[in-house]
Amino acid sequence: MVGRMSRQTRPSTSRRAWLQQLGRVAGSGAVYAALTQLGLVQASPARADFGLGRAPKGARVLVLGAGLAGLVSAYELQRAGYQVQLLEYQARPGGRCWTLRGGDHYTELGGASQHCEFAPGEYFNPGPWRIPYHHHGVLGYCKRLGVALQPFIQVNHNAYVHGQQAFGGKPQRWRELQADFQGQVSELLAKVVQQHQLDEALGSEDQARLLEALRSHGALDAQGRYRAGEIAAERRGFGPQPGGGVSAAPPHDQPLGLHDVLASGLAGRLDLGSGFEYQMPLFQPVGGMDAIARALAKAVGPRIRYRARVTEIQQDERGVTAQYEDLARPGTPLSVSADWCICTLPLSVLSQVEMRISPALRAAIDAVSYFAAVKVGLQFGRRFWEEDEGIYGGISSTDLAIRTIGYPSHHFHARKGVLLGAYAFGANAYEFSALTPAERVREALRLGAQIHPQYPAEFEHGMAVAWHRHPATLGCFAWWTQAARERHYAQLLRMDGRLILAGEHASLLPAWQEGAVLSAQHAVTQLHAKASA
Amino acid sequence: MSRHMRSALLLLGLFALPALAMDDEPRFSAGWGFDQRSGPALYAAICAGCHMPDGRGARGAAAYPALAGNARLAATPYLLRMILKGGKAMPAFGSVLDDGQVGAVAGEVLRRFGPPGQSAVAITNDEVAAMRAAIQQEQRSQAP
Repeated sequence: MVGRMSRQTRPSTSRRAWLQQLGRVAGSGAVYAALTQLGLVQASPARADFGLGRAPKGARVLVLGAGLAGLVSAYELQRAGYQVQLLEYQARPGGRCWTLRGGDHYTELGGASQHCEFAPGEYFNPGPWRIPYHHHGVLGYCKRLGVALQPFIQVNHNAYVHGQQAFGGKPQRWRELQADFQGQVSELLAKVVQQHQLDEALGSEDQARLLEALRSHGALDAQGRYRAGEIAAERRGFGPQPGGGVSAAPPHDQPLGLHDVLASGLAGRLDLGSGFEYQMPLFQPVGGMDAIARALAKAVGPRIRYRARVTEIQQDERGVTAQYEDLARPGTPLSVSADWCICTLPLSVLSQVEMRISPALRAAIDAVSYFAAVKVGLQFGRRFWEEDEGIYGGISSTDLAIRTIGYPSHHFHARKGVLLGAYAFGANAYEFSALTPAERVREALRLGAQIHPQYPAEFEHGMAVAWHRHPATLGCFAWWTQAARERHYAQLLRMDGRLILAGEHASLLPAWQEGAVLSAQHAVTQLHAKASA
Repeated sequence: MSRHMRSALLLLGLFALPALAMDDEPRFSAGWGFDQRSGPALYAAICAGCHMPDGRGARGAAAYPALAGNARLAATPYLLRMILKGGKAMPAFGSVLDDGQVGAVAGEVLRRFGPPGQSAVAITNDEVAAMRAAIQQEQRSQAP
């Protein structure tokens, strides 16, 4: 019991504190990768008019893997006139661009099977679930192929920020916490200015401008105070809400004091929409993320051979040959040859495939392990988050192992709905992965009920995907360390004889579909240049 | 079995449900590092995800090697190196486990899956620290 007590008295950890801690224990590379995941990187350099010139007559390309990188590669190569053949391990296109719906079966490594019983129209994206407005590559293919998009709500002012030790475990509305933190900090800074403590740093005109700006930034009153009243309530909301009739003069809730906000440990968790990759607007394909994969696969046509497990890749000065096994007829070695090869298999898989490549590329492939992540989709018979709590889309964050509750950005006011009931990463992802799918769902329900007590009464069905148990990827995304980036990244992108790699692992946007798309465009460009030389 | 006994067992089962096999060990850690301390709890939290609870590994597009009957476990340094530094698809756990935890989980792997002579070997913190230092030394000399 001692261990449990000490765990409970540990202060809740914000994501920023996590990053600082991660930097200390895992080095700056881990922070870079985490920041990339959290979205603090450059806008995508994708061009809307991307296209190759004309392919050399009769040139053939073998594309390994029909995820987004493989599909985009095949699509662009075919447009240029290349003859393309794809091999895909799974029975469907898309790789991690994937949507689970009622009727789907999913069997993970270790043999546990899940049968999806979501209601018609309901779905869950176990992989990517949102597209930033500046991911021009992904958005470009959506536009070109007619994939309908709708807004993905990243920041919902009415969703919760939850800490087990904060405010007695009572979830706080993002809106109130954000308004109070911004208001209290603004008041503090205004005080410092008024006490002439910034006279050296700022001229008197700038001080006056700053006080004026702080009043609107922090919802301060004329004296520079953040106080219960109309001005603050316009930010943090009214309790109760103003309406018509006799309730038209509501009392104003008392804002949280600065100490309470700081002591809660939640102030650092208000940055849900601050990172570049998370700034509104974001998008999602209507009906599920796999709409992108299906549109690309349709455009590529019948050149995808499914359920093909690649076992060996050989090449010489004349061409490339891949050995593979048809999963329907295991044990019979098959092979396919072409002039060139784009290999998009995840590095976690490729590190076990025999390949004739340079030692430097082999070292690069072997240098990267994969990030652990787990997602759980939960269907409820009633949209209590909308009906009871006024939460339409968006994300609640928590320091529980589920880390995230994501509310659907679509089908508002429908009867049922599917929540993202857990998005665990780091240690929690390993801990979730080691459980059976049924246990993962049970734990997501048990923990999530601390935020939404309606869970047990309304729950209908859950699906749990632990990416390290995924048979095709053996992990979530390439977890580059800074040292590995410096030593191996350039090599990983280089054409090696007649072969070049592509995929999110071969990009500076790991985990994002945009990384897969950009790396595919990079790979076909390199290949085309060499083939046309 | 009497009805009384059955309901007693049922009750026992219900009470046992939320509790864990390893009583004082958390099922979930609070941060990036792992909070479990004992070998069995660490195995269940980390290794079982890929190598499976019974150590038989798994095979899909590529494989997680079986630990059960794995000849490489005959060399303790190999095991410590894999846990600390990783290799290929195996992630490094050196930054999320302290020396005591590394020794505990390595000892658990050896106890359950190692060759007969290795099964009772206790791994000291000094051994783990020495392997950490050796890996750091290698990484420094490899820096570009």
